[in-house]
Amino acid sequence: MDGFIYFLIQSVNGLKLGSVYAIVAVGYSMVYGILRLINFAHGDIMTVGVYTILVLMTAFGVPLWVTVLLSVVIAIVVGLAAERIAYRPLRTAGEEATLISSLAVSIFLQNLIMMVFSPQRKAFHLPEYLSRLHTIGFIKLSTMNIITFAAVFIILIVLSLVIKKTRIGMAMRACSDNLNASKLMGININAVIVTAFAIGSGLAALSGLMLAGEYKTIDPLMGFVPGLKAFCAAVLGGIGSLSGAVLGGFILGIAEMLFAGLMPTDFTAYRDAFVFVLLILVLLVRPYGILGSKEGGRS
Amino acid sequence: MRLRDSNLFRFIIFVLIPLIVIVICGFSSGSYYAGLVNLFGINVILVASLNLVNGFSGMFSMGHAAFMAIGAYAAAILTLPANQKLISMPGLPEWLIYMKLPYPVALIIGGILAAFVALLIGFPVLRFKGHYLSVATIGLIVIVRAVLDNEDELTNGARGVTGLPNYASTWIIFGAAVICLFILYRLIISSYGRGLIAMRDDYVAAQTLGINLTTKKISAFCISAFMAGVAGGLWGHMQSVISGKFFYIDASFKIVETSIIGGMSSLSGAVVGSLLMTFIPELLAPLETGIEVFGIRLPELYGASNLIMAALLIVIIIFRRQGIMGYSEIITESLFSAKTYTSILKKSEYKNLYDIVSYKIKGLSSRIKSKSA
Repeated sequence: MDGFIYFLIQSVNGLKLGSVYAIVAVGYSMVYGILRLINFAHGDIMTVGVYTILVLMTAFGVPLWVTVLLSVVIAIVVGLAAERIAYRPLRTAGEEATLISSLAVSIFLQNLIMMVFSPQRKAFHLPEYLSRLHTIGFIKLSTMNIITFAAVFIILIVLSLVIKKTRIGMAMRACSDNLNASKLMGININAVIVTAFAIGSGLAALSGLMLAGEYKTIDPLMGFVPGLKAFCAAVLGGIGSLSGAVLGGFILGIAEMLFAGLMPTDFTAYRDAFVFVLLILVLLVRPYGILGSKEGGRS
Repeated sequence: MRLRDSNLFRFIIFVLIPLIVIVICGFSSGSYYAGLVNLFGINVILVASLNLVNGFSGMFSMGHAAFMAIGAYAAAILTLPANQKLISMPGLPEWLIYMKLPYPVALIIGGILAAFVALLIGFPVLRFKGHYLSVATIGLIVIVRAVLDNEDELTNGARGVTGLPNYASTWIIFGAAVICLFILYRLIISSYGRGLIAMRDDYVAAQTLGINLTTKKISAFCISAFMAGVAGGLWGHMQSVISGKFFYIDASFKIVETSIIGGMSSLSGAVVGSLLMTFIPELLAPLETGIEVFGIRLPELYGASNLIMAALLIVIIIFRRQGIMGYSEIITESLFSAKTYTSILKKSEYKNLYDIVSYKIKGLSSRIKSKSA
């Protein structure tokens, strides 16, 4: 029975991690769906958001909800600046050029953060009311975990509604189907792309807060690997599909925690490696992801 | 006639001067600048082999650091003396502990292992279009790093392997670099290479012409990984210390950066890019420790040199997407054509070069005169 409880605890831990991946993956998937761009800088925008929160909280003592709002705004500004400066001039240049450009933006942001704040790790503490633990049976959850979990579903529902019901959402679907045809139909594709980047960057900043709250330390390179894992999650669920991204995020989080928890201790250090092995296996068996169609995975 | 069309001029610039530099470095091994020149040679192998995949075949791999790591560790295991291996890598099977091979053989085995890993990862990933390969190869780096850091018994863990014998002399490095460049150059101008380029430019058309995309992609990826493995073996024995952290994502990005700045679709671009990317960071290095500019003391700007290189990369990708060298193959063409070498025996070449130079000087001086007048 103990084993079963342990299994359940690890699954819940996986859900915690998975909800963070899910939020990042949704942003990733939106941008990828429209531009077919693996935005390597996505994870680093998350780092920018986290550092903004840290500075505002420790240096100015601003209440958390204000800092979160500001960090989302700053992340959106950084994301849109990157889009305007580094991606838009390359829109017609093919996927490779934008991919390289996003790589450069990623290196740029990482080193900028290193230059401004030192490359050293910094402690990051959530306020008491967020990190307080609630015990439900044998499961321990902090307030933050519950908020994150709820946030995933709110985000999923709101975004799905936006994409299904609103004008810009319809334009987004058209663009992800065929960017050039949408342009010829008079859709303002710049507005669509800017919206996608804004949503993605804002969500990245939010998930940064959640990740930092979970790990309690931050460093300038913290965003890159979670960003990549979120991409793996998006591929796993079926890239281009929002519910696929969320499902992929949860599956990846749970798989990672179960792997870390159930494998012998020698293997726990391999959890990052495991995620990528999983990605390669998924590509081998079901290249378009769980919920993806062949069309969604095209490029 | 332009200066660059003169065979003798090409001989001087691309053969004679590099040869002199290499010979000087070869005889002053151990000096700081000789080390930099050696690093340049290794970078040429890395970047040129990456260009085969990224520039000529239209895939986008970022996993060179992983292949380097495999080559470096393989070469280290095959060349270290048994007593050293017993201390740092006791988990190796007995026959490997007592095995000691000549360095070039060890390099080639390291390359073969890297190519084998490339086959394993390339097979599932390369069947698809799009940029799954980029993420999968970054994943490969993470996987390799995890293995290197955690298999204490086999790799000495995160402490790494130290005390590698200094076999990677300037001669071996540049010998390997020239051989790699030659192989790549011959590959690219062969029907195999034209097939790769056709695949890059239009994969549907290439398929209708009977090119098997999967075989082509995987073979190019493996050749490239082989050379990266050899370069890793050279790098390890040059630095004499290897550990997982030297072969991580940032190292791989640097190779990709170099490849793009020089020109992805050109082997000459790999040479020019490596030249710039080996020496420019040396010039920028003082920024990171704090320097004085016009009497103002700048603070330590950690990461400044990478920041500048990243900005440069964005500028290049926007304004000169094909990189500095574009599609020109002037360096490899001059290195590997007989005309360049026979030109030193021809009288007419000397006269020709003299004419061009004197004409240029005349033109220059008359321009200066007209400006000052």
